Amino acid sequence: MADTHSVIGTKNKKGQTFTDTWKMMNEAPRTPSFYTGSEVIKEALRRASCDVMIAYPITPQSEAAALIGELFAEGYIGDYFRGESEFAVMSQCAGAAFGGARVFTTTAGPGTMRAMENFPMWSGARLPIQMIVTCRGINSPLSIQPDTLEIAYLLNTGMLVWHAETAQDFFDWILMGYMVSEEPDVHLPLALCCDGFFVTHTKDVVNLTPADMCLPPYDPYRSPVPCMDMECPPVRMMRDPFVMKSNYISYATHASWQQEVWAAVERSRKHTIKWLNGLIETENTDAEVIIVASGTAVSQGREAIRLLEDEGIRCGLVKVKVLRPWPGEEIREATKNAKHIIVPEFNVTGWLAKEIKATIPNSERVHAGPRVCGGMTMPPEIIVSEIKTLLGMTTVSMATRG
Amino acid sequence: MSKERIKISEDLYDIMPSDYQDLVKSATYGKEDRGWKDIGNSKELIEQHSLCAGCPESMAFRYILASLPNPEDTVMVGSTGCTSLVFPMVAVHNIHSLFGNQNAIASGLKRALSVRFPGRTKDVVVLAGDGATVDIGLDMTLQAWFRQEKFTTICFDNELYANTGGQESGLMQKGFVAKMAPVGKLFDKVRLPEIARESGCHYVVQCTVSKPSLIEKVIKNAVMIAREIGPTYLQLYTPCILEIGKNSMEGLQEMRDSEKPTERFAYKEYISEPAKQLLAEMAAKDKEKKAAAKQLAAQGA
Repeated sequence: MADTHSVIGTKNKKGQTFTDTWKMMNEAPRTPSFYTGSEVIKEALRRASCDVMIAYPITPQSEAAALIGELFAEGYIGDYFRGESEFAVMSQCAGAAFGGARVFTTTAGPGTMRAMENFPMWSGARLPIQMIVTCRGINSPLSIQPDTLEIAYLLNTGMLVWHAETAQDFFDWILMGYMVSEEPDVHLPLALCCDGFFVTHTKDVVNLTPADMCLPPYDPYRSPVPCMDMECPPVRMMRDPFVMKSNYISYATHASWQQEVWAAVERSRKHTIKWLNGLIETENTDAEVIIVASGTAVSQGREAIRLLEDEGIRCGLVKVKVLRPWPGEEIREATKNAKHIIVPEFNVTGWLAKEIKATIPNSERVHAGPRVCGGMTMPPEIIVSEIKTLLGMTTVSMATRG
Repeated sequence: MSKERIKISEDLYDIMPSDYQDLVKSATYGKEDRGWKDIGNSKELIEQHSLCAGCPESMAFRYILASLPNPEDTVMVGSTGCTSLVFPMVAVHNIHSLFGNQNAIASGLKRALSVRFPGRTKDVVVLAGDGATVDIGLDMTLQAWFRQEKFTTICFDNELYANTGGQESGLMQKGFVAKMAPVGKLFDKVRLPEIARESGCHYVVQCTVSKPSLIEKVIKNAVMIAREIGPTYLQLYTPCILEIGKNSMEGLQEMRDSEKPTERFAYKEYISEPAKQLLAEMAAKDKEKKAAAKQLAAQGA
């Protein structure tokens, strides 16, 4: 007989009502609030029914990580502590997730790189941990400024990777992210990225869901792999695939498990489309020139489009919200009429342009730039200038702006 | 986990693996006085292993698993190395994730279990080699102790990297010639037991695994103290007979030779004041229970 027990409608110890997430996100009244990105992360976590959050200081995520500590002190989070390094923190997150907890953490730049060994392990162990990545420089000499290069390293870990443009994206996607991550046919970690400072340290109006509603708790027994809590029979469990066996069945086991992880990334597609209303957002895709971007570069693209409109040049926009699973089909369709595809990025290598080039026909249409890095801002004028050059129009030198 | 959970539906009994059937019929889940003497009389919580013939690590595994006070609610955390060849065959939940992060995993795990099962006992026991504990994972080993995380750390000290073929490790003796120590190791064996004491462990023992009764005692003490008070550390000599040039039958003698009072694995123990108090209380309760049982038996007679 089906289990009809449900916590929906009951209250947690803070008096918040466990609410059907779809209703909470799409039907409940929203209150406009003026918050920094870091404060928005805290407000999302207040509503996330999170069991364990593990923190470590690194700019620009330190403020958010500390604010969540305040939530713990208020009783909204099951447990919270500061780990000793990002490598340790991501392992502590894994331990908590293996033990059946809903887990949250935040990191940035060099921290992401230091912790890197953990991420394919998270995916391989099917741990639906949510990690906020507030991107910053990873180069030497030392930089704390915004730069999205670290996302390139996350793309092949088997994690879901989303790239928020605004604090509103952040608020909604943190809560929706758990719903996608924790689906039994997905059950993978999520790297929810944003551009550090631009999103974390600026204030914006964000429409918040009611503070007395929260997500239903995580049910670890819906996991496709056993939860390590000794609440189910443990006989000869092979949580790990065969190690160090040099035979065909061992290779086949490893191979099929890796394929399964990536198949789970694919299976997240339908859930992500439902919650995020598509993996991409588009405007004016019938234009000859289209800007394709993710993160803050989308906002700069919007400004550039406005400036171009003033000069009578029509330009379309594709906002790439989700990088894994990769919205290849959507981007192919959205750019099919474009003669020029402009990909502005906040990193030196242009990883987004490379992904797009590998996806669409006639990839010479892709213009991998403008790119800024190391904390430089991207004035919309340089996007405008780049587009006008591509169209064979003369542009005024940036230096003349005064 | 209640012992009821491992029962098999009658309809499915014949298709279940025989080691599962044995576990239901004759394992020691829930047996309060379980210990090393159950070995041979009941189903062990370890089903085969792929270690070398005569490896003292396999003895250590069997004694430890027989001695856990509460295996039905114990989760173990391992690391990469010879132990990771054994864990998939162990009938308690166990986690292998990366090399050296075992105490970080255990920290997160113990906290998650405390959040999810308030008021219930869920023991966490780490078991890893000396490379994982002292070299690559030292940071996380110590930090878990500083934070007073309530779990037991067991280090299988074989004084080298065995699984990768016998390279120098921090717990190797000074002067020992090994791979990556071509002119002999140049610095002393790291004194982790002393470091453990200074780092806040409430119970620290260094010994060999030559005596099963001793292993039973220290495992029970370590797990109970970790459950009630704070971190505990056991460093057990499990020589790699292969890499020190011994034969399969010589492991036990090697341990006996190394535990003599003047040798480097002479029994060493540290117990904090709160831990001493707990052990005294446990001993008193045990005595009371035995007296009551004796009285009951006398009445029955």
